[in-house]
Amino acid sequence: MTPAAEEGMRGAGEAGGRPISIDLLTDPAGVPRARAMLQRAQWAARTFGEFNKDTVDRVVHAAARAGAAKAREYAEWAVRETGFGVAEHKVVKNLASSTGLVEAYAGHDYVTPRIDPAAKIVEIPRPAGVVLALTPSTNPVATVFVKALLALMTRSAVVISPHPLARECSADAARTLAAAAEAAGAPDGVIQVVDEPSVPLINALMADERTSVIVATGGTAVVRAAYSSGNPAIGVGPGNVPVLVDGTADLAKAARRIADSKSFDNSVLCTSESVLIVTEAAAGTLLRHLKREGCHLLEPADRDKVRDLVFPGGQFDTRFVGKDAAWIAAQAGIRVPGTTRVLLAPFGLAVPEEPLAHEKLCPVLGLVTVPGDQQGIDAARAVLRIGGRGHSAAIHSASAATVMAYGAALEVLRVAVNAGSSLGAAGIETGLAPSMTIGTGFFGRSSVGENLQPGHLVQWTRLAYNNDPAEAFGDFAGLDPWTAHTGPVPPYPVASNLRETSPPAERSPVPVMTPAAGEPDSLRAEIRRILIEELRAIQRGGLGG
Amino acid sequence: MAEELIAFPSKGEMLEASRQFWNPDKTQFWVDSGVPLVIDRREGYFIYDVEGKRLIDVHLNGGTYNLGHRNPEVIAAVTAAMQRFDIGNHHFPSLARTALAEALISTAPAGLTKVIYGSGGGEAIDIALKTARHATKKRKIVSVAKAYHGHTGLAVATGDERFAALFLADRPDEFVHVPFNDLGAMEQALRGRDAAAVIMETIPATYGFPLPAPGYLEGVRRLCEAHGALYIADEVQTGLMRTGELWAITKHGITPDILVTGKGISGGMYPVSAVLVSEAAAGWLSEDGFAHMSTFGGAELGCVAALKTLEITCRPEIRSMVFYISDLLGTGLRAVQAAYPDWFTGIRQNGLVMGLEFDHPQGAKYVMKRLYENGVWAIFSTLDPRVLQFKPGLLMTPDLCGELLDRVAVAIGAARDDAASGRRQA
Repeated sequence: MTPAAEEGMRGAGEAGGRPISIDLLTDPAGVPRARAMLQRAQWAARTFGEFNKDTVDRVVHAAARAGAAKAREYAEWAVRETGFGVAEHKVVKNLASSTGLVEAYAGHDYVTPRIDPAAKIVEIPRPAGVVLALTPSTNPVATVFVKALLALMTRSAVVISPHPLARECSADAARTLAAAAEAAGAPDGVIQVVDEPSVPLINALMADERTSVIVATGGTAVVRAAYSSGNPAIGVGPGNVPVLVDGTADLAKAARRIADSKSFDNSVLCTSESVLIVTEAAAGTLLRHLKREGCHLLEPADRDKVRDLVFPGGQFDTRFVGKDAAWIAAQAGIRVPGTTRVLLAPFGLAVPEEPLAHEKLCPVLGLVTVPGDQQGIDAARAVLRIGGRGHSAAIHSASAATVMAYGAALEVLRVAVNAGSSLGAAGIETGLAPSMTIGTGFFGRSSVGENLQPGHLVQWTRLAYNNDPAEAFGDFAGLDPWTAHTGPVPPYPVASNLRETSPPAERSPVPVMTPAAGEPDSLRAEIRRILIEELRAIQRGGLGG
Repeated sequence: MAEELIAFPSKGEMLEASRQFWNPDKTQFWVDSGVPLVIDRREGYFIYDVEGKRLIDVHLNGGTYNLGHRNPEVIAAVTAAMQRFDIGNHHFPSLARTALAEALISTAPAGLTKVIYGSGGGEAIDIALKTARHATKKRKIVSVAKAYHGHTGLAVATGDERFAALFLADRPDEFVHVPFNDLGAMEQALRGRDAAAVIMETIPATYGFPLPAPGYLEGVRRLCEAHGALYIADEVQTGLMRTGELWAITKHGITPDILVTGKGISGGMYPVSAVLVSEAAAGWLSEDGFAHMSTFGGAELGCVAALKTLEITCRPEIRSMVFYISDLLGTGLRAVQAAYPDWFTGIRQNGLVMGLEFDHPQGAKYVMKRLYENGVWAIFSTLDPRVLQFKPGLLMTPDLCGELLDRVAVAIGAARDDAASGRRQA
């Protein structure tokens, strides 16, 4: 039942009688409001697309600083709201995804036209327009930061639809960035967020003609839905990261990096290691180092308890997403040292029916021992057949030849080398683009094979001159089609006969209808409960991102 | 079924029947004006003539279609309501009327506490005037010359004599008209302390939206307080976010004693009007609640339509869009004006309330005709035909605004030539 029907008929239930059929109603609850957001975003994008580089820089820096200033607050909030991860580690991600991100792209320009006299081509950057950003529960605030800032850097407006489990912290983070951006001169409505995300709402927004591009980070179902929407989409699939350690590696460093990475944010990143593959020659030493780093090798009986706990019936139980190792061990009824931060679960063969060979968004790390490098590469390929194609892998080796062979053999689009995968593949400890949104490319049924970056949200109008040498190239030096902006955009609608005389009035808040005139709280709660159940069901199809 | 009931062999025969059975003068007027419009389909901001011609509607019946024609959300609300409700029984407390009253009061300027319903704007104005008379025990009503507040018994007397004298409904002894933007004249009218109320459209629509001079309305409000008269804000055309605020009067910092809304309040799907009154003015509702009765006043289907309309209108996104649209259209119209400064002489604008002034006593009629040819429907101001009323909708898209401006620029240029050549466009 829509709010409309409810508003008109408040109390009708008590009076008895037939409820009004849902078939009569055009849109599920919340959808019309969200469609209005897209239209407002369209207006904002239209104006924002005319901003020059200086104005855009001012906006981007203001938003990034506002996000960074609340990095800790949002880290704690996200852990509190979702129950996933480690606040301390989320602080790192939030900083890397705000001011860190802006620093990483400081030398880049997605606003000013590029002039190539040799090719006789001028390239004018054209923003995507309205970006619909779906953000996950596992990296909620960091992903909101990244997507909002990428949109700002490229002059698009963004409507964020957060995962329902991380709804409140994500929405607040989006509003913080929006307020800072607008205070710095960004158009009103440049960053908006859906407060009550739901499956029908997301589907409606994804298919809306006002959506220019969908950037979907989330489970497989959401990503496939994005690609099926009829609109351009950048969707990224789940990971299942193999990490190979060979005999040439610095095993002490490898052990520390793997332990740090696997335990980082309790392994909620989709770039986190899933299966450790080690050659027999290196295994003994590596395991000793791993033990010192807080990785507890499970005995077969304990391994089975953990497997049965985390993969009941062979399916990953999302209750364990982002939980720490000691808690999982306690749930499994096994004793581990107090310093344990990763549970090492050995198994023989990476095959689909082996649950431990699947993605585990918790600090349980599969362990496979292989006779040599080639068998290690084969095992890694086997892990990726099970899941995570196109995503990430890692290797610890001093042999360039092995690294090359590994990279050429695996169906992934990034390999973190001698670095933890969590932050390595995400571009924070490597030279890759810093992002929590990892393109899985054609291997992983995505249009994008790189880490999400500003360039993905901008296209270029190319002015291409006749290549006949007799036709001179134009003199474009100093020509900039964009303009500087100061003051609120759009301006407050002051009466035309007052425009010259009075300063713009303050924006007064929109009057809010009383809750009594909207949906009854009980109905709202019930709808939310149903929708969250639906989302959980979808989630079981994969939580990657 | 509906098509069978209303089908005619041709547009010509339909117009002939309209002359014969409906309104001969009005039917002929539009034919003579070059706007032979018989509206058939309608959707969003488009209306289609029975012969298929598409027009962008920037008349909107004075804001009735603020949210577009046949807004899908309003349709859904009314359709759902019809499965259970009809207009209701006006004597009894009702779910829909109460819910709407609460929503109106919660979004209204502070101090307005009760809602009285009518079925249309004129009735609502009559209710407002009767309420003021009851509260003050005075008869005199002050309005501005060329005002327009409707055609019912009391409302028509507040307006231009064109509509009152014809029906012998003018009552100069009780209804005093003073020039707009003239505080001295207003003080003169109120000085005797015998006026029950001043009734003001925040921007007089039918007079071509002349803007209140800086401080004028505020001054009127002060004079009302000084001389014991109530201030009635007629927000039928200026309310409902058209100026970027839900009620335009709040842009002046004025809390009226009575506020009247109609037209757009129910999304153009089912008529309803409402009078919001302060506690001090609402005395008759406690003294004799049956004193004003209206079978269709506050019809429940209309209340449901209004609840939905108000909810949509109050979304923050809509207000933001109004800012954008008024900025884009204002800028675009000023560019057109720069091309024809001697012809297109003024733009009166407060948000999406706009009056376009032309340098000819009937200038807006020339422009209206050319706009029609170019696919835009906008109406001249009845009481000042130099001025075209230009009332774009709240949900206009950037593309539609661009298309509108293109059409308007061409039409205004062509109308200038028409007026200059002196040809009577009728």
